[in-house]
Amino acid sequence: MINLTIDVSRYFMILLIALYTYLNFRIFSVKDEIKKNRICRRQNFAMFLIHLFAYVIIWFETKDERMLVFYLAQVLFFLVYLFLYRLFYRNVSRLLVNNMCMLLSVSFIMLTRLSFDKAMKQFIIVVVAAVVTLVIPFVIDRVWQLSKIPWVYGLGGILLLGIVCIAGTSSFGAQLSLGVGDFSIQPSEFVKISYVFFIATMFYRSTDFKTVITVTAVAAVHVLTLVISKDLGSALIFFVAYVFMLFVATGKWLYLLAGVGGGSLASLLAFQIFDHVKTRVLAWQNPWTDIAGKGYQITQSLFAIGTGGWFGMGLYRGMPKKIPVVEKDFIFSAISEELGAVFALCILFICLGCFLQFMMIASRMQAVFYKLIAFGLGTIYIFQVFLTVGGVTKFIPSTGVTLPLVSYGGSSILSTFIIFGIIQGLYILKRNEEEEYEE
Amino acid sequence: MKSNPNPKANRHMLILTYGIVLLFVGLAAYYGYFLFTKSDTVINNSYNARLDSFADRVVRGEIRSSDGRVIAQTNVDGEGNESRNYPFDSLFAHVVGYSSNGKTGIEALSNFYLLTSHVNMLEQVFNELSSVKNKGDNVVTTLDLDIQKAAYDALGKRNGAVVVMEPDTGKILAMVSKPDYNPNTLLADWNHLVAEENTSGQLLNRATQGLYPPGSTFKVVTALEHMRENPSNYGDYTFDCNGTYKNGDYTIKCYHGTAHGHQDFRQAFANSCNGAFSNLGLSLNLNGLKNTADQLLFNSDLPLSIAYSKSSYTMAEGADTWQILQTSIGQGQTQITPIHNAMMTAAIANGGTLMKPYLIDRVENVGGDVVKKFMPQSYGNLMTAEESADLSEYMRAVVTEGTGSALRTDAYTVAGKTGSAEFDKAKETHAWFIGFAPVEHPKVVISVIVEEGGSGGQTAAPIARTLFDLYFSK
Repeated sequence: MINLTIDVSRYFMILLIALYTYLNFRIFSVKDEIKKNRICRRQNFAMFLIHLFAYVIIWFETKDERMLVFYLAQVLFFLVYLFLYRLFYRNVSRLLVNNMCMLLSVSFIMLTRLSFDKAMKQFIIVVVAAVVTLVIPFVIDRVWQLSKIPWVYGLGGILLLGIVCIAGTSSFGAQLSLGVGDFSIQPSEFVKISYVFFIATMFYRSTDFKTVITVTAVAAVHVLTLVISKDLGSALIFFVAYVFMLFVATGKWLYLLAGVGGGSLASLLAFQIFDHVKTRVLAWQNPWTDIAGKGYQITQSLFAIGTGGWFGMGLYRGMPKKIPVVEKDFIFSAISEELGAVFALCILFICLGCFLQFMMIASRMQAVFYKLIAFGLGTIYIFQVFLTVGGVTKFIPSTGVTLPLVSYGGSSILSTFIIFGIIQGLYILKRNEEEEYEE
Repeated sequence: MKSNPNPKANRHMLILTYGIVLLFVGLAAYYGYFLFTKSDTVINNSYNARLDSFADRVVRGEIRSSDGRVIAQTNVDGEGNESRNYPFDSLFAHVVGYSSNGKTGIEALSNFYLLTSHVNMLEQVFNELSSVKNKGDNVVTTLDLDIQKAAYDALGKRNGAVVVMEPDTGKILAMVSKPDYNPNTLLADWNHLVAEENTSGQLLNRATQGLYPPGSTFKVVTALEHMRENPSNYGDYTFDCNGTYKNGDYTIKCYHGTAHGHQDFRQAFANSCNGAFSNLGLSLNLNGLKNTADQLLFNSDLPLSIAYSKSSYTMAEGADTWQILQTSIGQGQTQITPIHNAMMTAAIANGGTLMKPYLIDRVENVGGDVVKKFMPQSYGNLMTAEESADLSEYMRAVVTEGTGSALRTDAYTVAGKTGSAEFDKAKETHAWFIGFAPVEHPKVVISVIVEEGGSGGQTAAPIARTLFDLYFSK
C-alpha cells in the first residue's frame, strides 16, 4: 500500500511541478494584472500540494511525529512569508517570492529525507534570513547613499576573502569558511554581493579607461584570492560576472572578447599549474577509470541520476547518501534520483525563470547603478546554478558550488535571500515610480 | 542620476541573456541525452549499489536462449525465498555467468534489465496490494541452444574455448569455455574454485579472457602486411621448404618437420609453411606490421561488453632476427583471445567491417512484449574490402588444398586457417581453427582453440566441422 501511495504521489508531484514551471514562463506573456495574480495563486496551490504529497510520503516512511510538527511549521512559514511580503510591499514581484518558496520547499523535502537535523537547521536559518531580509526592499528604496561608498564594498570584500584565504578552515581541499564559535560562515557568499555593488558603483561614476583599469585590478584581486583559496567555482563566477558587467557598462565588445580570451588562457594556465585543477578536469573527462577514487563523487552522482531515470525512484527509494556532500553541492542529483529527472529539470527551469525575471527588472531600470546591480546579481546567481547542475551531471567539470536556496548551508541561504531581496527592492522601486508617474 | 554611458546596455544584456539561455538549453539537452542513451550502460555498473536494492521489489527475470528456452531463472518458494536456477547446469556457465558471489557474464551485463519490471500497470497495482514482488523483465540472448550444446560436447573433456558468431550482425551464437563449473552449485563449490592450489581456472572465461599464442592463425596478419607492402606483386613471393628453415644460428621447423617443397605465396599460406612466413617476416617493415596488428585490435580495447583480456602484440622496429622469425608465425610474445580471433575472422568475412559482437537480442516483459531491442552495430573497418576479399581467397585455399582438409565438403564452402601454437617445448601445441562459411556470402564465423590439442587441422578443425554441419543443416 505504501509503495502504491509513493508511486502515485510521485507522478502527481511531477505533474504539479511541471504545471508550476509552465506557469512560471506563461506569466511573461501575460500583461493583465488580474490574470497574473491568478497564475501566481495557482503556483502557490501547486507548491503547497507538492509539499503536502512529499510530507505524506515522509510520514509513511518514517512514522516520526516530529515530521508532522515540522511540516506544519513549514506551511505556517510559507503562508506568513507570502502574506507578509505582500502586506509590506504592495508592488512586490509575486513570481519571485513564489519561486523562492518553491525552491525552499524542495530543499526542505530533500533535506528532511537526507537528514532531519540538517533540515531543522536549514529551516531555522531560512526563517531568520526571511525575517531579516524582509526590510531590504525598504532600504533599497530609501537609502540612496548605497551608491556612494564603492571602496567600502571593494576593500571590504578583499579583506574578507583575504582572511578566509589565510585563516579559513578547509573542506575538500578548499579554504571556504571562517569558524566563529559554533558557527562557520562562508564569506565568499556575501562578498559576491559587495563585489557586484563595488563594480556597479564604480561604473556608475565613470566608465573611462582609468576607472576600467582600477576596477579590473580590484576584481582581479578578488578572483586571484579565491583561486589561491582553491575556491575555483566562486573564482569562475566572480570572473564571469565582472566581464559581463564590464561589457554592459561600457558597451565595448573588445572588453568582452578580451575577457573571454583572457579567461580561457587563465583556465589553461590553471590546468597546467595547479594539481587540484588538473585532478578535477581529469576526473571529469573520464571518471570511470577510477570509480573508487577520484571519480567516486561524479560517478555516484551519475548512478543516482541514471538509476532514478525520468520519473525518479520515489522518496526514500534511492541511495542519495552514497554521494559525498549530497546535501550541499550534489543536492540536484538527489532530487533527480528520487523525484525524477523531469522534476529536476523543472527546478533548473525555475532557476532560469528567476534569472529572466532579474534580467527584465535590470532592463527596466533607468539608472545605471541599479541596472548593473540587477544584472550583476542575476549573472552571479545563474552561473552558480549552471556550475552546480553542470557539475553534477558531468556537463562541465565539477567546481563545488551550491544550488542557491536548495542546497544546505546558512551562508548560501542568507546571501541568496539578500540577493532576491535587493532585486525585489529594485522591482518595487520601479513599480512605485511608475505608479507615481501614472497618477 | 547620470545618463547611461552605454545606450545599448539593454540590447547587450539581451544578447548575454540569450547566451545564457542557450547554455541552459545545452545543459538540459545533455541531461536528456544522458538519460536516453547513456544511462543504461552507466548504471549497470558493479559499483552502483543501487541496483541491488531493486531486488527488494522485483524478482530477477529470466535469461533465455534465442529460441526462448530458459537458461537462467529465479524460483520463489512458498515462503518467498528466492534461488537462481540454471536448467542446463554448466552448459552456459561462463557466458551466462552467475549472480551470487558477484556477477559475471550476461547476469552482470543484463543486471539492470533483469531487475527492472515492465509488467502492466494493473498487475503492478494488484501485486502491490497483495504484497507480491513484480516479475523482472526477461532477457533473450543471441545464444543458440543447439550450437552451444554441440560446441560444448565437441570440446568434450578437453580444455579450450569455442566462439561462434554471425559476421554480418555480430550476434554471438555460442560461447563455450572449458574447464567449467556448475552455476547451480557455485556456492558450495566456491571455496574449491577459488582455492590457491586450484590452478585449473574453472571460473575463467577462456573464450574472452584466455590469452594464447595465436600460432599460425597469425599468418593472416603477416600475410595482410605483406599484401599491403607489395600491392602489385605480393603473389610473386616464393619459398623452397625442406621442413627446416635455417637463418644463421636459428632454425624454424614446419609442423612435424614436413617439407613443403617449392611454395608460392598462396601455397605457403594454405599449407601453413613456417619457413616461408618466417623468411617473409624478415622482409617486412616492422612498424608497418605493428600498425597492421594494432588496426586489427591488438593492444586495444575490444567492443565487447563482458569481461575480456586485451590481446597483445609487442614487436616493433629494432627487434632481433629470432624475434622476427618467431613473431611472423604467431609465436614469440604475441597473445590473443579466442573472441578476438573470431572478430578478426568476422571482419574478413564481412568485407573488412567488424560488427560489434553482442549477446543480448532483446528485453521482454513477463508478458512477452519487447521492452528493448538491440540492433547490430558496426565497429568500423579493420581492413579494406579488397584486402578482405584477397584474404578470403587465401583462407579458402587452406580448406581446398591445405591444412584445413577436415572442412572439405560439397555441402557448403569454408574458408579458414589452422594453427598449432607452441607454448611449452615439453607439451603438445594448442590447436587453433578460425574460419567462416559459406565463402560466397558468409553467415557464420567459428573460432576454436583446444589446449594441448596438437595440430589445429586435426583437432580444432573437426570441431568446427561439426558446428558448420549443424549450422547448415538447420
